Amino acid sequence: MNIHEYQAKELLQKKGLPVPMGRAALSVEEAEQAAEWVRQQSGQPVVVVKAQIHAGGRGKGGGVKVTKTPEDTSAAIRKLYGMQLVTHQTGPDGKKVRRLLLEQGVDIAKEFYAAVVLDRKLGRLVLMVSTEGGMDIEEVAAHSPEKIFKAVIDPMVGFAPYQARQVAFALGLKAAGMAVVNNACTFFQTMVRAYLELDCSLFEVNPLVLTKQGQLIALDAKLNFDDNALYRHPEVEALRDTDEEEQAEIEAKKYDLSYVKLTGNIGCMVNGAGLAMSTMDIIRFYGSMPANFLDVGGGATAEKVTAAFKIITADPAVRGIFINIFGGIMKCDTIAQGVITAVKEVGLKVPLVVRLEGTNVELGKQILSESGLNVTAASDMADGAKKIVALAGQTAA
Amino acid sequence: MSILVNKNTRLLVQGLTGKNGTFHTEKALEYGTHVVGGVTPGKGGSQHLKLPVFDTVAEAVQNTGANASVIYVPAPIAADSILEAIYAGLELVVCITEGIPVLDMLKVRRVLDAQTGAKRTRLIGPNCPGIITPGECKIGIMPGYIHKAGHIGVVSRSGTLTYEGVHQLSQLGLGQSTCVGIGGDPIKGMDFVDVLELFERDPDTHAVLMMGEIGGSSEEDAAAYIQKHMTKKVAAFIAGQTAPPGRRMGHAGAIIAGGKGTAKDKIAALQAAGIAVAQTPAELGSTLAAIL
Repeated sequence: MNIHEYQAKELLQKKGLPVPMGRAALSVEEAEQAAEWVRQQSGQPVVVVKAQIHAGGRGKGGGVKVTKTPEDTSAAIRKLYGMQLVTHQTGPDGKKVRRLLLEQGVDIAKEFYAAVVLDRKLGRLVLMVSTEGGMDIEEVAAHSPEKIFKAVIDPMVGFAPYQARQVAFALGLKAAGMAVVNNACTFFQTMVRAYLELDCSLFEVNPLVLTKQGQLIALDAKLNFDDNALYRHPEVEALRDTDEEEQAEIEAKKYDLSYVKLTGNIGCMVNGAGLAMSTMDIIRFYGSMPANFLDVGGGATAEKVTAAFKIITADPAVRGIFINIFGGIMKCDTIAQGVITAVKEVGLKVPLVVRLEGTNVELGKQILSESGLNVTAASDMADGAKKIVALAGQTAA
Repeated sequence: MSILVNKNTRLLVQGLTGKNGTFHTEKALEYGTHVVGGVTPGKGGSQHLKLPVFDTVAEAVQNTGANASVIYVPAPIAADSILEAIYAGLELVVCITEGIPVLDMLKVRRVLDAQTGAKRTRLIGPNCPGIITPGECKIGIMPGYIHKAGHIGVVSRSGTLTYEGVHQLSQLGLGQSTCVGIGGDPIKGMDFVDVLELFERDPDTHAVLMMGEIGGSSEEDAAAYIQKHMTKKVAAFIAGQTAPPGRRMGHAGAIIAGGKGTAKDKIAALQAAGIAVAQTPAELGSTLAAIL
């Protein structure tokens, strides 16, 4: 799960991490008031206006404005609020800006990068820092890996003070004095503690700024959370912004379906994540693209199948539907029954190809063929993919 | 022969009395798996499915001589169940449960890594279908009847995609020595390389079908291992060529993060190591058959 920058900073401030003074706003009026508050509190004329969307690259995309007068601030607020912000992570349509963060300006002496990430290969958390603040870390890793330093965190020992010192020295902070090194150690230890206490899946501070006054401050902060651990963090779950999520994905979650909206026009319903991805792949192999990823799960019921079918058919881009089921625990006749119920309920305006295999497959096929519905049966995955691509092509034309 | 499980495996079921534990234990018993008992804290001393139930894994091991366990408990307490099984000295622990927090699994992983000596616990999963040696022992949620005893080792990060692969093999008359579902989580027990090592050593396994997916670098590690150490032939498939970056595709571990873990990279690594990669999931069996 993702949250906004301002929400991350509020959470982190509570954990004791230094962040710029700021206030979030949900409207132009609120933003004007927040800007005035920031100006008064900081005693400085500079106010930074930051668009809040769930995507990176906001600065490069024009979503961050540094303003020096109330007039400038007001103009920036009006420009950013409600705009479709396009970044390299939003896709070509961009995302609508519905929330702004107003922050004090910071006198930057140096910029760094710091993150706590999961190293899957090691099976450990890693604190990763770099002297190249503000840069995309993947680019740094690709072009100048010698500028990245890591400390591997042992879950039994925790993140040790010597490790914090090691990375602080590696960043060259000693040049700014031992007080700064010590501040950095506290900063990194707070980061690791926050990651653990909040069950994060990613915690990135980019840039981490050393101010001209010798303070270390998280100028930007990105927190992602482990969905599997949200049950023990109602305070995080409460920060969910459903405006940032696909409506169909929210609907799917209600039925415990795993659904991801994609850009093609063949809707798919599959049981199991691996088979669902493979089904998407084989649709492309035969010349079309999937409209979605949808895993109905191993133990899906007829109701779940019906809900899944409704979600797929509600997508206007869908020109054909491919149901691919390998029945193990889930019986093919259950699936067939669910499909029939769904079609009767919501109708069927596009071609439907069904491939059933596994437990009670003959019964499932019989139920479908006797239903009188316009369902095309497929003998295997390849046959099904070929058929749906051909049929959907005809609909499109 | 086979790897990890056979007719001598004495299985314990952690969470036996729950809905999933009951359902899948009934199926395992039908298949002929030697289930020796179950563990449900508080229900020790009772019987379930005519099996003795114990309060703790240690007690169950002592009384039944179990050497393996399967875990069907809910996600919030599953990591604790794995730890209990490790410290009770079981050789094999299979965790079916999906949705265990990563931080919980990091602790489990640390305990597994710290094991030394000959008496080590091997963990399969979590978030996996389990392991089966056809005709001898079925541990997990896979449909038993699609399998056929034979000489192909199967290892996969997926559930139903594994069934698809096994089904295709069986249809072609290619039976399986052992099929291992290593699971779809980012932090887990045995990885591809661990299972491949065992298949390489097993005289009864003649070739291996490996099914990977996007996310992480296990397939790349497997490619390097196969090229260096394996004499047996391997056919592979990678799911998720059409998956967008930054989105989790059902499995917690199936995500392309920071441009890493794409299907394209994995397929390239496997092909560079001389491994036959199936072009589509409809060709899992035929790709393996072609290299025999």
